[in-house]
Amino acid sequence: MEIGLSHYLTVAAILFAIGIFGIFLNRKNVIIILMSIELMLLAVNINLVAFSTHLGDLMGQVFALLVLTVAAGEAAIGLAILVAYHRNRGSIAVEDINMMKG
Amino acid sequence: MYHAIVFLPLLGALLAGFGGRVLGAKASAYLTSGFLVLSAVLSWVAFFDVAIGQKPAQTIDVLRWINSGALEANWAFRVDTLTVVMLVVVNTVSSLVHIYSIGYMSHDPHQPRFFSYLSLFTFAMLMLVTADNLLQLFFGWEGVGLASYLLIGFWYKKPSACAAAMKAFIVNRIGDFGFALGIFAAFVVFGTIGFTEIFAKAPEQLGKNFEFLGMQVDILTTICLLLFMGAMGKSAQFMLHTWLPDAMEGPTPVSALIHAATMVTAGVFLVARCSPLFEHSPTALTVVTFVGALTAFFAATVGLVQNDIKRVIAYSTCSQLGYMFAALGLGAYGVAIFHLFTHAFFKALLFLGSGSVIHAMSDEQDMRNMGGLRPHLKMTWLMMLIGTLALTGFPLTAGYFSKDAIIEVAYAGHNAMAPFAFWLLLTAAFMTSFYSWRLMFMTFHGRPRASSEVMSHVHESPMSMMGPLIVLAIGALLAGALFKTNFIGHDEALFWGEALYRLPTNKIVDEFHHVPGWVPIAPFIAMLAGFALSWLMYIRDPSIPGRLAAQHQPLYQFLLNKWYFDEIYDFFLVRPAMWIGRFLWKKGDGWLIDGFGPDGVSARVLDVTNRIVRLQTGFVYHYAFAMLIGVAALVTYFMFGGVH
Repeated sequence: MEIGLSHYLTVAAILFAIGIFGIFLNRKNVIIILMSIELMLLAVNINLVAFSTHLGDLMGQVFALLVLTVAAGEAAIGLAILVAYHRNRGSIAVEDINMMKG
Repeated sequence: MYHAIVFLPLLGALLAGFGGRVLGAKASAYLTSGFLVLSAVLSWVAFFDVAIGQKPAQTIDVLRWINSGALEANWAFRVDTLTVVMLVVVNTVSSLVHIYSIGYMSHDPHQPRFFSYLSLFTFAMLMLVTADNLLQLFFGWEGVGLASYLLIGFWYKKPSACAAAMKAFIVNRIGDFGFALGIFAAFVVFGTIGFTEIFAKAPEQLGKNFEFLGMQVDILTTICLLLFMGAMGKSAQFMLHTWLPDAMEGPTPVSALIHAATMVTAGVFLVARCSPLFEHSPTALTVVTFVGALTAFFAATVGLVQNDIKRVIAYSTCSQLGYMFAALGLGAYGVAIFHLFTHAFFKALLFLGSGSVIHAMSDEQDMRNMGGLRPHLKMTWLMMLIGTLALTGFPLTAGYFSKDAIIEVAYAGHNAMAPFAFWLLLTAAFMTSFYSWRLMFMTFHGRPRASSEVMSHVHESPMSMMGPLIVLAIGALLAGALFKTNFIGHDEALFWGEALYRLPTNKIVDEFHHVPGWVPIAPFIAMLAGFALSWLMYIRDPSIPGRLAAQHQPLYQFLLNKWYFDEIYDFFLVRPAMWIGRFLWKKGDGWLIDGFGPDGVSARVLDVTNRIVRLQTGFVYHYAFAMLIGVAALVTYFMFGGVH
């Protein structure tokens, strides 16, 4: 069986969906939310690379590298925020992070 | 000169009122008193100039005031005999009261305020008596009402004083309502509010009707009765009298000035000033006679049993005002003003004398706790004696000429109420004598009923208080004899000139000099009888009053409770008014306006937002979810609907 475009897209979609549900269903830890976002970004990357090879356009792969860079920066900033938050509030449980409650 | 007379008190009031803190108590008192004395001296000059010297009446323009369409009201002084007589009365009594107050109020911490109010009152009263048009008169009228309110409530820490001040103000509003309507009606009918123009046009309206309250009524009668309603309020006549006795809550000099000599006579002045109108309306004059005679009688009966020394004199004032109105109603305007003139002296004397007694008795006002004061207060006793003699009409004192003249006028009068008035006034004269002597006996004679501590403090008042008393006593003794021929005697027509108007058919002033011989003697006999009865009951056998009161308990209670007027008004007017007010407050304002008005709307908005606020959980994943839904919706829209 040849592995074609649709297989890649399916895997990407599944990863993306897992990322989304990781955000919503997770009730414990903010780090998991960060990991879920990472997962969604990777799913998008798979999409980009898949379409890039499928269409023979290198632009998509370049873009994927850019996304990886952004994701790395995002992870670094996100973790830094979490560390600072933990220092201030003593907890990074999702239930406790509701200071914006009206 | 007239500018000085009128504006000096205003200047004093402003200086003492706004500069009282800087000037201090002594300076304020002497400043205002000095201005008033100056004003009084000038008034006497004007009196001899205009009234005795027969200088023609004149109008002095001060400034343009209101000029709107047909309504034109200039500020001007109308100087004629009536005005200068009132100037003399007001300024003389006012200056004496100012001087008296220096002594009487010497322990009060708010003297500048007191003197400022007193001078303000005098200014407003002068505005009233010099008025050239109805509006200016109304200005002064309200001004004295305001000053009266401020002075009755001078001791504002006393709840009863505040209540009395409010009562005086509110009862006067009822009369002022009629007065204001009268001014409007005069403007509608005559197209002007100037006295000269109105009086000139009055005969044209004779017998004509206009519509008022849906009825066809006689124009002149209606206007007169509306104006008289104002006079009734200000002069505490029957039905609208209830504020006057309560007004005794104010300091005693205030009672003497405002509630005896000047302000309460404003109603009498108004009717006399408007004599060219009243003279054309026999109906209105009959009503005036009726109300006056009834008041004279009613107030005298109540005065018989009161125990508060100031209240007795207050009812006496009410009664004497009734005499004046009765004379006005019978067309004898000069006689009424004469009584006003003499009454100012002896009633102010009585009030200030009673103030002296109260001062000596450490602020005791109940006569049942007095008695036996004559050896301690010889001078005050003498002054009060002179005042009492003048009030009861002892021969050759002031009251003898003026009050007895009114009774003779009532006998000679022609309108339907004249016989009624004559008998009521004669009875009232008897009662006047009785309660006046009762006051004297209970206060100065018999054995002391005060505690020995109070008695040990009894002292004669200082000279600043006795001086004015002596001046007033001279007035009470001589004012009648000196000015009789001018006011009501042979020189009457010459003296009054154009100031008072009588129809050519009105010959009452000549007629009352020719009544049967027993009529002039009747008041004298009534006076003697009153004195004898009083002596019998309070000196000879002091147990009689108590037994009499027990025997005729219902009658006694009826009189003691002032014919239950306060209770009736309380039941029929005050309580319903309070109920309506409470209803509007609780239901109208609290429930309706606050429930559905601005407050209600804001409360509903708050309810809604409180619900919306719950959407803001603060959880990141909820917001992320909302964003996802939004993205999904947008994508769906663009996929299926947005892009074609």
